[in-house]
Amino acid sequence: MSTQKPSMRVLDKLPQVQRRSFLAGAAGMSVVPVTALSMAPTALHAASFKVLGSQTGATLLRMARDIYPHDKLADRYYLQALMAHEKASAKDAALKKMITEGVAELDAQAKRRFGSSYAAIPKEADRVSVLKGIEQSPFFQKIRGDMVTGLYDNKQVWPMLGYEGSSWQKGGYVNRGFNDINWL
Amino acid sequence: MATPTQFSLNDDSVVVIVGSGAGGGTLANELAQKGINCVILEAGKHYTQADIDNDEWGMFNKISWLDKRISAGGWHHTKTYPGLPAWIVKGVGGSSVHWAGLALRFQPHEFKTRSTYGEQAGTQVMDWPVDYAEMAPFYDLAEKKLGVTGSAASGLPMLPENNHYKVIAAGARKIGYKNIVRPMAINSQAYQHRPGCQQIGFCMQGCKIGAKWSTLYADIPEALGTGKVELRPQSMALRIEHDAQGKATGVLYADKNGKQHFQKARIVCVAGNSIESPRLLLNSASSMFRDGLANSSGQVGRNYMNHATAAAASIYDKPVYMYRGTSIGAVVADEARHDASRGFNGGYYLEGLSLGLPFMAAFMQPGGWGRDFTSAIDLYDHMTCVWVCGEDQAMADNRITLHATEKDQNGLPVPVVTKTYTANDDRLATHGLKQWRALSEAVGAKRVIDMPPYPASHNMGTNRMSEKARDGVVNRHGQAHDIKNLFVSDGSQFTSSGACNPTLTIVALAIRQAGFIENAMKRRDL
Repeated sequence: MSTQKPSMRVLDKLPQVQRRSFLAGAAGMSVVPVTALSMAPTALHAASFKVLGSQTGATLLRMARDIYPHDKLADRYYLQALMAHEKASAKDAALKKMITEGVAELDAQAKRRFGSSYAAIPKEADRVSVLKGIEQSPFFQKIRGDMVTGLYDNKQVWPMLGYEGSSWQKGGYVNRGFNDINWL
Repeated sequence: MATPTQFSLNDDSVVVIVGSGAGGGTLANELAQKGINCVILEAGKHYTQADIDNDEWGMFNKISWLDKRISAGGWHHTKTYPGLPAWIVKGVGGSSVHWAGLALRFQPHEFKTRSTYGEQAGTQVMDWPVDYAEMAPFYDLAEKKLGVTGSAASGLPMLPENNHYKVIAAGARKIGYKNIVRPMAINSQAYQHRPGCQQIGFCMQGCKIGAKWSTLYADIPEALGTGKVELRPQSMALRIEHDAQGKATGVLYADKNGKQHFQKARIVCVAGNSIESPRLLLNSASSMFRDGLANSSGQVGRNYMNHATAAAASIYDKPVYMYRGTSIGAVVADEARHDASRGFNGGYYLEGLSLGLPFMAAFMQPGGWGRDFTSAIDLYDHMTCVWVCGEDQAMADNRITLHATEKDQNGLPVPVVTKTYTANDDRLATHGLKQWRALSEAVGAKRVIDMPPYPASHNMGTNRMSEKARDGVVNRHGQAHDIKNLFVSDGSQFTSSGACNPTLTIVALAIRQAGFIENAMKRRDL
């Protein structure tokens, strides 16, 4: 007779909104399409770029998603990170110039190679190849570098990547699975 | 609460200690327990446990030493971390707030590297003027003070094994490793007025409950409790002054408002970590000591060692949650020996060291992006992570120098940290990464990602001990060869780096030095 191994406290990494809509569907309620909830229209988001402009904002969002693509993360997490640039651009003309010119150059390269603006290139691999072309530019490095903290230091993002954050207020992990691995 | 002790700036009977970390904080407490009056000048603020958060970037920005420093030389830091050559703390408790608590002793041969390895072309590898037998009783005292787990001196049991430990230890055993250790200065049960570990994680962000030893909430309060010690936070030492006989007379420092004060001293002990300590001596140059204090050998600032290191993350099919519990997982000590047949001198430890998601994203592949990067981060919870910590070799040109033109907020030249890895370092790190890969794959890792070394917290060697005055800065007691009432009390006095984390040895040396200073004062030698 085999004994069952004690269970491991495993985290659910699904985005909350997807889980809720799934449960609602299972209960027979009207189902809102998952994509409509987790991926609100880019145009709506882009409207938040009052200083940089909605078109630049939409391009930045596409670029941020292509730099650190996590399909399950909704646009709003990328936008939250980019809002730092939007806010800073209001006070920092040099930064605003770097970003608007950087986006213009990105679009110019996209048009030259694929005949459309960057954000309108349908294939991710093609967009990535355009990004590779500007990888060394201060503009790309600024956006990429800031996204490392903007995206991965966002507490709302952590659960979806399996990270629990601050633990002392919960008494640490001494009674919450610090040694519960069961698959070795 | 008793009124805090205060000493007059003109009181020339005090021992002035620059820095309050593992070296300075320990020394202050040891001297105070012997009834000796001390003033501690600490550059950073006095944070308390209420200021400690389980937040990697939050704590990094709060407590790190972020004054301007410049990385130079052939190492990758000039590109990856140009302004952050080292990851250390500016605050009361110094880097003992940040250390992960791994309390390894030097191995006997690591005090005798020149004798063991022979002459190493291009290096300044040298024997320490002390040996393991002489240090052993001080290691015992240090382990007792720190509450090191599994040590006879403390009587504390080992910490329980967390998930991260178990995965690494299982892999290590599968590839034939036997020496899996974890002597930790983290209370496995309540000890010396501090609680047992709650497996909070975030050891390197400062222990919220004080289960990990740090001078911040162990030696400093004990020292202050004697009434023999005054702690002056936000007091940045600018220069050490001396008299016409070449004896140190005190320390000029700037307070939090930038106002300068001169604290007289009977003895000055420098414990500002291996970048600031030589910087202070170099900045103290005078007409009598044109190349800086205690620098007749020309060795002040040289022989900068920060361990030959590398890091890697391994990804498994199933979750590990390496961040749950103490940050140090299993430590594999089988490769710590010296065995030249591996193609390098000295050895290394494979130290399981968890990083939170924010730091993993920053350190895994600096500059990395795209699906190759994010597919790994998506499995952050399935990762184990290692830090390879190996012996570094003393090199004359790996050194701390003063920038010719750039000045800090106090008008002092900023330090330049020049470092180039040696072929020995590269072979050691490569070996370590290969062994980690084998260890990980033996228990099912599907992907192993080599990471460049991230900024080191281990800084050693820039005021090294030597038997002869011409070879180093201080003698076997950390006393300057050139100035008898000037001491170095931190890791900058290390003659070699050893393979292990330096803190336990820094503490053992500080305990030993306190005894020497006490006796010399009694004899009126000082």
